[in-house]
Amino acid sequence: MSTMAEPAKDEAKDKKALSAGARQERRLGWLLCAPAVIVMVAVTAYPICYAVYLSLQRYDLRFPDRAEFTGLSNYGAVLTSPFWWDAFWVTLFLTVVSVAIELVLGMGLALVMHRTLFARGTVRTAVLIPYGIVTVVAAFSWQYAWTPELGYLAGLLPSGDAPLTEQWPALWLIILAEVWKTTPFMALLLLAGLALVPEETLRAAMVDGATPWQRFTKVMLPLMKPAILVALLFRTLDAFRIFDNIYVLTAGAHGTGSLSILGYDNLFTALNLGIGSAISVLIFICVGIIAFTFVKLFGAAAPGAEVKR
Amino acid sequence: MAEIVLEGVTKRYPDGSLAVRDVNLEIADGEFVILVGPSGCGKSTTLNMIAGLEDITEGTLRIGGQVVNDLAPKERDVAMVFQSYALYPHMSVRENMGFPLRLAKVDKATIDQKVEEAARVLDLVEFLDRKPANLSGGQRQRVAMGRAIVRNPKAFLMDEPLSNLDAKLRVQMRTQISRIQRRLGTTTVYVTHDQTEAMTLGDRVVVMRQGLVQQVGTPAELYDMPRNLFVAGFIGSPSMNFVQASLTPDTLRTPLGDLPLDDRMRRELERRDAPREVIVGLRPEAFEDASLARDTAGPTVTVTVEVLESLGSDAYVYFTAEGGPVSTAELDELATDSGLADTGAGGDQQIVARLDAATRAREGQPIELRVDLSKAHVFDPKNGTNLTHPES
Amino acid sequence: MAAAGRSHATRWGVVNVVVVLYALFPVWWIVALSFKAPSTLTDGSYIPTDWTWENYKGIFQTSEFTRALINSIGIALIATVIAVILGTMAAYAVARLRFPGKQVLIGMSLLIAMFPPISLVSPLFNIERSIGIFDTWPGLIIPYMTFSLPLAIYTLSAFFREIPWDLEKAAKVDGATPAQAFRLVIVPLAAPGVFTTAILVFIFCWNDFLFAISLTSTESARTVPAAIAFFTGSSQFQQPTGSIAAAAVVITVPIIIFVLLFQRRIVAGLTSGAVKG
Repeated sequence: MSTMAEPAKDEAKDKKALSAGARQERRLGWLLCAPAVIVMVAVTAYPICYAVYLSLQRYDLRFPDRAEFTGLSNYGAVLTSPFWWDAFWVTLFLTVVSVAIELVLGMGLALVMHRTLFARGTVRTAVLIPYGIVTVVAAFSWQYAWTPELGYLAGLLPSGDAPLTEQWPALWLIILAEVWKTTPFMALLLLAGLALVPEETLRAAMVDGATPWQRFTKVMLPLMKPAILVALLFRTLDAFRIFDNIYVLTAGAHGTGSLSILGYDNLFTALNLGIGSAISVLIFICVGIIAFTFVKLFGAAAPGAEVKR
Repeated sequence: MAEIVLEGVTKRYPDGSLAVRDVNLEIADGEFVILVGPSGCGKSTTLNMIAGLEDITEGTLRIGGQVVNDLAPKERDVAMVFQSYALYPHMSVRENMGFPLRLAKVDKATIDQKVEEAARVLDLVEFLDRKPANLSGGQRQRVAMGRAIVRNPKAFLMDEPLSNLDAKLRVQMRTQISRIQRRLGTTTVYVTHDQTEAMTLGDRVVVMRQGLVQQVGTPAELYDMPRNLFVAGFIGSPSMNFVQASLTPDTLRTPLGDLPLDDRMRRELERRDAPREVIVGLRPEAFEDASLARDTAGPTVTVTVEVLESLGSDAYVYFTAEGGPVSTAELDELATDSGLADTGAGGDQQIVARLDAATRAREGQPIELRVDLSKAHVFDPKNGTNLTHPES
Repeated sequence: MAAAGRSHATRWGVVNVVVVLYALFPVWWIVALSFKAPSTLTDGSYIPTDWTWENYKGIFQTSEFTRALINSIGIALIATVIAVILGTMAAYAVARLRFPGKQVLIGMSLLIAMFPPISLVSPLFNIERSIGIFDTWPGLIIPYMTFSLPLAIYTLSAFFREIPWDLEKAAKVDGATPAQAFRLVIVPLAAPGVFTTAILVFIFCWNDFLFAISLTSTESARTVPAAIAFFTGSSQFQQPTGSIAAAAVVITVPIIIFVLLFQRRIVAGLTSGAVKG
């Protein structure tokens, strides 16, 4: 990464003014960080560059000898393909809807955990289970629950209905599975934010005549804003790469495939490395845009900011 | 036990800034010395250099006759009490207090005995098996003290040990620290930003500002004969009043009125070739209610009482002197440090006088005050020197 | 007053029960399935009518599952150990030392925390095949430890910042050598944070599915989540539902144990890195 060159430049500039102790400190700092940095760069930066390189080629794994440089044609093919756009809209829909539901539910859950009078430990433990459980396991549980003949939930539906085989019901079930699994994480992040709201400020608002709802919207929410934004950022980016739940629940059939599913299928079903890589790069760009938007819109609230202190 | 000698001790940070400049100080064996000054004056850095927690850039530090500049804290045999107490949260009170002895490989029985002894002195016996998290602030402070005294070090170094306690407890602990120090007779260097603590605790007080020692002396010396405007303004509560004045051969023209010079002042001012524009400093007790005054010598001024605070033993009278507030670098720094700059008390110069409780001063009424010129100080506004100090 | 208090308590009781049910219902369903005999699998009841260990016996007799379980444990443990070691070093530097480039490191780990794994799947697939670690343990350990490094660095540096470093000074004045100060004071204080981080990283690695199915092709490195997805029934006419349920329960057990034992720590770890006022 080009940014890695900066420390060296700074060093040359400041060298004279530094005592031996400070020089030792920065050398130790770099030494301690070096392994982590090298691993992270080698395993992400290099492959993503390699993906860009692959995406500019016609590269079909079935005919590896016929690889050739084709410029941006893979991107053209992807961006004009209805598969990409279907997957894109599905992913966007899943992301927006599930994050929105999670935010509301998570806030409720956080308030319960924050305010509950007893069994706080039990509630927190229970809530951690969806967070910790292997997504694939949860996904299978949901799949079986909605499979006619087998599942308790399918049994509640008019007989013969198989919700996972129709687009809209299936999408909502995917959202349900996502929400179940990740709301606790959202709730925990929000809970940490709630803990930052001073009890006295809430009392002051109460004395000033604020109703419970006003206390929530006018005092708590503004004070929790940094926590909410961090939680939203993490969850949005996480939801955007949704894969496990869809793979198990519908395998992307019936118009429920996300971008990650599309990328996976192109690579392992169609065995087209060029197109697959182009999809990879495009997803990377999408995520970059989302992250950039968040950081630009909310600036100081971005998770990197707090570390500076 | 040992004396501590600093010779030309200087601390320069990597970025070139000077935290401590050329400090020369001899602390006698068993002496209780206070380093005091506003935040950033270099007092804590000086203490850390004595402890060995920061390197000395230039100069020599001797503890008990031995140069210790390059010794690790471990080899200096000093004990330190931190502002945060720095108790080890994973150890019980007993283990905390015994930790220095354990590191010194003292046998278990001796450690137990010494810890018990210290705990008895500090009234901590019943808490010995608790963790620091389960103690009150005052108890934690005592544990930190205990950890320092168990090992019988050459010196105690204390870095604002009382500033995390509430006001009442602070006064109690202050006397306890004083008592313990006297009983053990251990050389002690104590850092604080609170001038009351400095005045009540120390055998001698070192006032520092911007890395420089301003004055070293007993509390009384600092109070009665401050060498400069900074020390004058820093020591004493309520602090010294300052007014602008023009100097004529035999009078000080101040916004309060003309004050004739007495012989002592005239001599000192002449000797030092004082400038025409000066700053006059008057402690609150330099004023007296003229109607109650015991002797009738000395000039009087008539002012209008704005606020009267009766404390039973004394009465404080507040009034303003025309001509705007006195402003120099030293006084501005003091105001910022004490937070006075934030009180919005701008405008005219506030003056406070400490009068006998029998005064008949009433708010809004004029009163005649007699000024004791023998307690007045005249400062050079350019460098803050006390022009009436006999030695400076 | 007492009556009001009681109804208040009742309300919270109901809310708490709802929350616990919400969290546990899908888990219970898969547990119930795993104990059902094939004949009663489809009865849709929440509690198995006749409990059987058959499904568990079945999966532990196939190398498909046992091998995957060994892979899962081995890969997750090794990746956790490496990530925590590298993370501890970097987090110590971030929390304690002043050096240029710190912001770059923090920014970079943030970037990687947001990185879409699918974007790496195609290039890694190709790179790993060409250097011969495709379908091996290192082939999964490397991406796992990379993707858990940001988590480790964030959580650990938050923990390290909480350690009162005055204590290190105090220990030195108390007569400790730097090594003693580290061993007797810093390590005991840092250990809980390191341990918590290890649990979080382990859960992260244990959970992964995308890399597991993309970067393996045989039993030799396939982890349980991936193996489950490839389960086939004992005969081709039989759905592997029971086996999948049993395998799912087996890999859920460690998570439940962690959560039960270290609930408080996990909560602290999850939130400390992300939100700090």
